Amino acid sequence: MALVNSFSQGVITTTADQFLNWTRKSSVWWMLFGLACCAIELMQTQGPRADVDRFGAAPRASPRQSDLMVVAGTLTLKMALRTKVLYDQMPEPRYVISMGACASCGGLFQLAYSVCDGVDKVIPVDVYVPGCPPRPEALTEGILKLQEKMMTETWLVRRSAAAAV
Amino acid sequence: MDAASIHSRLREKFGDKILSAEASVKDPFLVVDAAAIRDICAYLRDAEGLQFDVLTNQSGVDYREQGYIEVVYHLYSYAHRHYAVLKARVPRDAPVLPSVVTVWKAANWLEREIYDLLGVDFTGHPDLRRLLMPEDWVGYPLRKDFVEPEEYHGISTSRESLLR
Repeated sequence: MALVNSFSQGVITTTADQFLNWTRKSSVWWMLFGLACCAIELMQTQGPRADVDRFGAAPRASPRQSDLMVVAGTLTLKMALRTKVLYDQMPEPRYVISMGACASCGGLFQLAYSVCDGVDKVIPVDVYVPGCPPRPEALTEGILKLQEKMMTETWLVRRSAAAAV
Repeated sequence: MDAASIHSRLREKFGDKILSAEASVKDPFLVVDAAAIRDICAYLRDAEGLQFDVLTNQSGVDYREQGYIEVVYHLYSYAHRHYAVLKARVPRDAPVLPSVVTVWKAANWLEREIYDLLGVDFTGHPDLRRLLMPEDWVGYPLRKDFVEPEEYHGISTSRESLLR
């Protein structure tokens, strides 16, 4: 966080946007939600070796308490409608990471009759993480990229215009 | 019991309900009358010396040129450690077949899958709903003449390839 100024008494000054963004990016709670093999890597990312908890990212069991949805795996058409419902249940500000080739474009299963080729056809995506599946390091990088994006938000202007599908 | 003797036992019991049998190929099979499939399966499960207690797989094949859908039953007996394969053919335009859920419970989801992907109507099935595709899906994706719809609930089903 770029602090504007600091005083000897331990008082710091900053802007409201900077401060709010800093608090929000330091507690990216992602929804426990996995679709396919990418979800295994998602669990590893949460585990002790990659440990995204050190960036403030922890899993939540309910979409109503989540800031981030990591779409991890092949999205079928049947699941696409349910994914939209889950996204709609998340409170704003909300973010989406599309993890892996399948979530980004359908990947290997793009031509299959049952597969939605890309989660961005259903909900807006903030960060795409390439890979099949992406390693925990890649997903960690995705979360860091998302934090960079979160730091550029201006909270006096509603974000919904950008979020609209 | 080897395939030839299983086949001859079935021929004795069911006569002309057994349409053809192939015992010399690597995976021996019988083609049976579709309407009699449940009786034949119940006999295979219960008869002394046969005791096919497991339906290991049930699948469907669409033969578009020949005009029929073939449902294939792979059976195994833990008691006697022998296999059998049954095939039942139903016309593509009216694919109706008795369900074998009352014989083997394992057939429940297998038949739902065949119904979902090939459109075979299993009479007597307790819960014949789509299994893999969405409930409101139109068409049977594994049929050879299936045409993928342009969109599903506003989601387009094609994506421009970046490689082309």
